Amino acid sequence: MADFEVAEITKGYVSIPKLKEGTMAHSQPFIAKEKFQEPLGYPGELVDNWKEVVIDKLKELSSKYRSLKVFLDSCIKCGACTDKCHYYIGTQDPKNMPVARQDLLRQVYRYYHTFAGRFFAKLGIPGFVGARELTKDVIDEWYSYFHQCSQCRRCSVFCPIGIDTAEISMAAREILDQIGVGQKYCNEIIEKAGRIGNNLGLPEPALADTLEGLEEEVEEDTGVAVKYPLDVKGADILLVTPSADFFAEPHVDGLIGYGKVFHEAGVSWTVSSYASEAANFGMFIGSYENMRNLSLRIRKAAQDLGVKRIVFGECGHAWRVAYSFLNTLAGPFDFLDPNYPVPQHICEFTYDLIQKDELKFDKSENDHMTLTFHDSCNVARASRMGDEPGGQFKIPRAVIKAACNNFVDMPEDTIGEATFCCGGGGGLLTDDLMELRVKGALPRATALKHVTNEYGVTHMAAICAICKSQFTKVLPYYGFTMDQIVSVHQLVSDAIILSDAPKDDEEAEETDAA
Amino acid sequence: MSALSVFYTILFYAAATIFVVGLVYRIKTYAQTPAPLKIPTTPAPVTKSGVVFRLFTEVALFNSLFKSTKWTWLFGWMFHLSLLLAFFRHLRYVLSPESVFWPLINNWLVLFAGQYGGFLMLIGLIGLFGRRIFVDRVRYISAPSDYAMLILIFAIAATGMLMSFVNHTDIVQLKAFAFGLVTFNPQDMPDDALVLIHLALVATLMIIFPISKLLHAPGIFFSPTRNQVDNPREQRHLADWAAKLDADRK
Repeated sequence: MADFEVAEITKGYVSIPKLKEGTMAHSQPFIAKEKFQEPLGYPGELVDNWKEVVIDKLKELSSKYRSLKVFLDSCIKCGACTDKCHYYIGTQDPKNMPVARQDLLRQVYRYYHTFAGRFFAKLGIPGFVGARELTKDVIDEWYSYFHQCSQCRRCSVFCPIGIDTAEISMAAREILDQIGVGQKYCNEIIEKAGRIGNNLGLPEPALADTLEGLEEEVEEDTGVAVKYPLDVKGADILLVTPSADFFAEPHVDGLIGYGKVFHEAGVSWTVSSYASEAANFGMFIGSYENMRNLSLRIRKAAQDLGVKRIVFGECGHAWRVAYSFLNTLAGPFDFLDPNYPVPQHICEFTYDLIQKDELKFDKSENDHMTLTFHDSCNVARASRMGDEPGGQFKIPRAVIKAACNNFVDMPEDTIGEATFCCGGGGGLLTDDLMELRVKGALPRATALKHVTNEYGVTHMAAICAICKSQFTKVLPYYGFTMDQIVSVHQLVSDAIILSDAPKDDEEAEETDAA
Repeated sequence: MSALSVFYTILFYAAATIFVVGLVYRIKTYAQTPAPLKIPTTPAPVTKSGVVFRLFTEVALFNSLFKSTKWTWLFGWMFHLSLLLAFFRHLRYVLSPESVFWPLINNWLVLFAGQYGGFLMLIGLIGLFGRRIFVDRVRYISAPSDYAMLILIFAIAATGMLMSFVNHTDIVQLKAFAFGLVTFNPQDMPDDALVLIHLALVATLMIIFPISKLLHAPGIFFSPTRNQVDNPREQRHLADWAAKLDADRK
């Protein structure tokens, strides 16, 4: 099946492997060509004075980001993070230990920007204090290993100083972009989203066509004319959802679910063709400017359409950018209804209705499944839902349980704040990194196997477009099938009782029998 | 004053200057470097007092490290606790018996804990050193300076304990020297080899503090993943350089 070795899951728990040097040194994503670099403000190919640019940029970034400065200075090499990265667990490559990954950048920082590094370099032993001269090899290693970090922040939970490798890998990618060594997958997508409005490059007619198709499908299925509106001025709610929701499986089933929830809530809503993307890959490449440009599209769409609220669909990093950064990047949103948080997560929206008892479910519709829930890293460790810390764990589970009878959690140390990344986040969801993606999914696959064997779990629900795409692709390598991954709002969609639905035959028969 | 005492006096003033100036400079840099985005590791406190509590659990109890690995937590926490105990015990060298703080530090508890805490320190350091050698992952990430740092602190603790338990030095003279230093009235020091080694190593530690990973001490207080309030939707967070970008926006 694969041209690399895939581990067989024999134990029900994640074990920490011995390190094996260089197992992933060959892993590099495709480099971005000029046409994807320049629209983002980056040089088209490796610049001649790359060394100078890297050294200067490193200094500049560490003076613009306190996180970077403090994290580069403060690591004590205690080892707390060394066994926490899913890529280390899956590949055994020591450079995939968070601290070792950080050190690839920190060594250069120490060499050029610290007294200790410069002093020991003069003595001819920079390695004594972990400093290293910048060479082309270093750039190669950066390109390789900073594209083996999904920026999931699991390491940051366990670091006694709170060092977050995501911050380091974002900075490294920004520096690489600045010298003309960008990653094709991310930069191509950012260019498209910035020009057309979504990552897939779907123009307005294609979106209109898709949404119309959904309306027909849902009406055929339920007998109810649930609307999936596009560019409707004056709607209450602007829905911003990952563009994968418009066509990919199981994503689209989630979108169908959002529509049904809005329908039941009796609110008017719309998708915007101008800002038809929740995802924001500007974050993955550590570019404040690119992240901001994409976020401003959402602000403009909300203003142009005159909506009162913004709701985000199921997407992990999108929710991080939305929840944590949107107000900063594109706020203030004082033109929206102040009675609702800006933005709101679709799970928060649905949860509120469930709390108010305004949604009715026939849970038995989901009885053929026993579910578990995959906490997406950016939702779990970089955002929140609801008013209380930890709402991001409670609310999606409450939504699932409202729609399903059978729910079991995976082991404690693989969910919640300790959740394992799907292996495809952080701008790595590309076929040229397939080996990394499969190996990085090992811890999650192990936990899933455990609850499959112990509790007969049949399906895993997720609230992230990347997680869903990644799992449908890589879980088959571990003996699962791709349809075992479902959207949370797909469960809602299947169980929700539409109040204006015509009584169908089956129900009529049951009534007769009674 | 003997030449040796003059040398040590100068050494300590130099070390203290580097320590204080270096640390102030670092803290100033950290405080002035903007944090443009809200990045607390969540679940995070939603209030300022919650953040204070979170930082307290991190600084006093090493909460995150406890979640990570119990052995490193045990050795690390033991070591840092004993540092605190040793610090209090050493205050008697630089405080006057007339000071209002004198009874607080010159009592059985502080002196006993400070003295026997030395064993905790040695055990903690040996444990941390052992992890560097025996755990393949920790060995891989260790630079020579990481071992050197542990050895340096171990030597400080060991010479201190030798003076405390085995080979007592002229404590009256030592106090005169230390008190002279802090009151800018330099005095002779006992020319005892253990004292000389102990003090030279302490001065070394002070000098490398602001230029090494020992910066984790101030660093943790400035770590945005730990010190930020989780309220990005309620309150717009904007750094100065980011605000400038907004100028050309409608």
